[in-house]
Amino acid sequence: MIKFIIRGILRDKSKSIIPIAVISVGVMVTVMMSGFLEGVFSDVINQNAKLDTGHVKIMTKPYAENKEQLPNDLALLGINELIDSLNLNYPDLIWTPRIKFGGIMDVPDASGNTKLQGPGIGLAISILSEESGELQRLQLNKSLKKGRLPKRSGEIILSDNYATKLNISPGEKITFFGSTMEGSMVFQSYEMTGTVEFGSPLMDKGTFIIDIRDAQNMLDMENGTGELLGYFKDDKYDDQKALVIAENFNAKFQESKDEYAPVMFTLKDQNGLRESLDMGDAFSGIFIFIFILAMSLVLWNTGLIGGLRRYNEFGIRLALGESKNNVFKLLLIEASVIGLIGSIIGTSLGLVFCYYLQEVGIDISKDVANSTIIMPSVMRAYVTSDLFYIGFIPGLFSMLFGTALAGRGIYKRETARLFKELEV
Amino acid sequence: MKTIIALFLSIQLPFLLTAQVSDLKALKIIEEIDKNMFSKTQIVTSEMIVYGKRKKRIIRSRSYSMGKENNFTEYLFPEREKGTKMLKLNERLWIYSPTTDRTIQLSGHLLRQSVMGSDLSYEDMMEEKRLSEVYVAKIIQEENYNESPVWVMELVSKVEGLAYHKRVLWVDKNKFVPLKENLYAKSGTLLKTTTFSDIRKINKRWFPMKMNYKDVLKDGKGTDFIILDVSFNSKIPEGYFSKNILKK
Repeated sequence: MIKFIIRGILRDKSKSIIPIAVISVGVMVTVMMSGFLEGVFSDVINQNAKLDTGHVKIMTKPYAENKEQLPNDLALLGINELIDSLNLNYPDLIWTPRIKFGGIMDVPDASGNTKLQGPGIGLAISILSEESGELQRLQLNKSLKKGRLPKRSGEIILSDNYATKLNISPGEKITFFGSTMEGSMVFQSYEMTGTVEFGSPLMDKGTFIIDIRDAQNMLDMENGTGELLGYFKDDKYDDQKALVIAENFNAKFQESKDEYAPVMFTLKDQNGLRESLDMGDAFSGIFIFIFILAMSLVLWNTGLIGGLRRYNEFGIRLALGESKNNVFKLLLIEASVIGLIGSIIGTSLGLVFCYYLQEVGIDISKDVANSTIIMPSVMRAYVTSDLFYIGFIPGLFSMLFGTALAGRGIYKRETARLFKELEV
Repeated sequence: MKTIIALFLSIQLPFLLTAQVSDLKALKIIEEIDKNMFSKTQIVTSEMIVYGKRKKRIIRSRSYSMGKENNFTEYLFPEREKGTKMLKLNERLWIYSPTTDRTIQLSGHLLRQSVMGSDLSYEDMMEEKRLSEVYVAKIIQEENYNESPVWVMELVSKVEGLAYHKRVLWVDKNKFVPLKENLYAKSGTLLKTTTFSDIRKINKRWFPMKMNYKDVLKDGKGTDFIILDVSFNSKIPEGYFSKNILKK
């Protein structure tokens, strides 16, 4: 029967071209938008996790309350013991300390006087320890624009924009001027070994990276850190799992009278991500719903027009004794086949566009140059496995829904009046 | 018409004259404050007590200043700060670090940064302008502060580029020394408060030996600045106000 229906669709192009075209376009847009939204949300999550939030993050309570000010005087101390205990209690996670600090980077001239200077934000990570996985996590090798990554203590890398602003090249000396955890004045000279591009306008503006040990020594933070980040070993963020871990950890310190007791936050509970991502999810759901509805209305209309055009055909079939249910059933099967063809074409086109957006992306760096949140400078789509079937849901459903609405007319036909109507 | 003008003048004149007399009195008061607080040269050995969140730090330094343009400070204690030097010449400030053997110049908004985690900014440390030269003063109230009779005075800047647009001072009527000072931004926001205590007579002038600076935008109990030793109008070698002093 399917073969018969397909042959009918192929032979009578007037009843299939418009619905297939409508479904193809609709499915293509659905696949493209789903891939694009998925890509953007994933990038926002990944970039936040890698650069700032971790999958979970531990800070002291007062540090967390003032974290925008990078208050290292409120930092976590005794982190080696804390990490040992975390490894024991939460074996699914890898823990890595990070220190963020502000200060002035000063480039000297030949006589050691200030040539150029500018404020910057320092990020201290375990760059010299291979076990920490920080190099891979931050993809610093891929982000390297000039020179090389630090290999030993006393070396520093700068964001490419910052290095350009300070007119400094790899191999030159640069001095950090700032204050220690307790506020003492600190000067430290480093050799600049290279520049990186993080792909986040906020970070690319004025960030420099040094090894965590150098930062601990320089800022008088021995065995201390501003933030302790935890990453799931499979590198995938699981919100439910993270929430359970955070709840369990925080329960242990709920009654603590220590002003500097640690507190754990999940990725989504930082930087307002839960609200943003939940809103994004809701919007994509609403978008798909509205899209199915709009396509259904279009296809209903197409079905009605088709139904009118096939008024005689249905009449003859009913007059010949075919049951109304069978006519309706065949109509729905026919719609399913049309929906399937449209969905296959639409999905294929959508995947092609998604792949293009995945590889090339949309550069928004100029629009988010002054952004205060961590977000990618190039918006990309992701070709994921669900894109291969997601378009079939609206494609088939809207065609079936539209045809079902239009096909209701079949049941209104009165057999007694058929011959008169058909003027046989 | 003439009657109206005469009537208007007869009503307004006493007020205008009183206001003028009051302004003159205010100017005289801040000139007296300047006489107490400023001198041709000053050599001060001081301790700055910075109350951190977890511990307090004491930083000892010796400063040499000449007029309102030149200041040289050498940090003496603790070990971490020892040998760090700051030199201010006119509007420029250099800091020398012995550990890196680098001299860094600070300017612009960087001067608003805190000095060693204290409630004082580099700008605060640098500003040595006489009040009578840069502010217009008026007495707004008379009251008792810490059992001393005081004038409450409002000083509004008459020149551009000052760290604080407005100051409100509680001035001791007997010693012509401020006992308290509130410092405001141009927007009217209170930025800092300073309290002055342990006022001693040194070389015929009254001088506060202890100050507490409190940045109202910061938590904590502020920064104490205790003067251990002060000498006025002593001779300071010229070389102290040259960049060469930094690396010596």
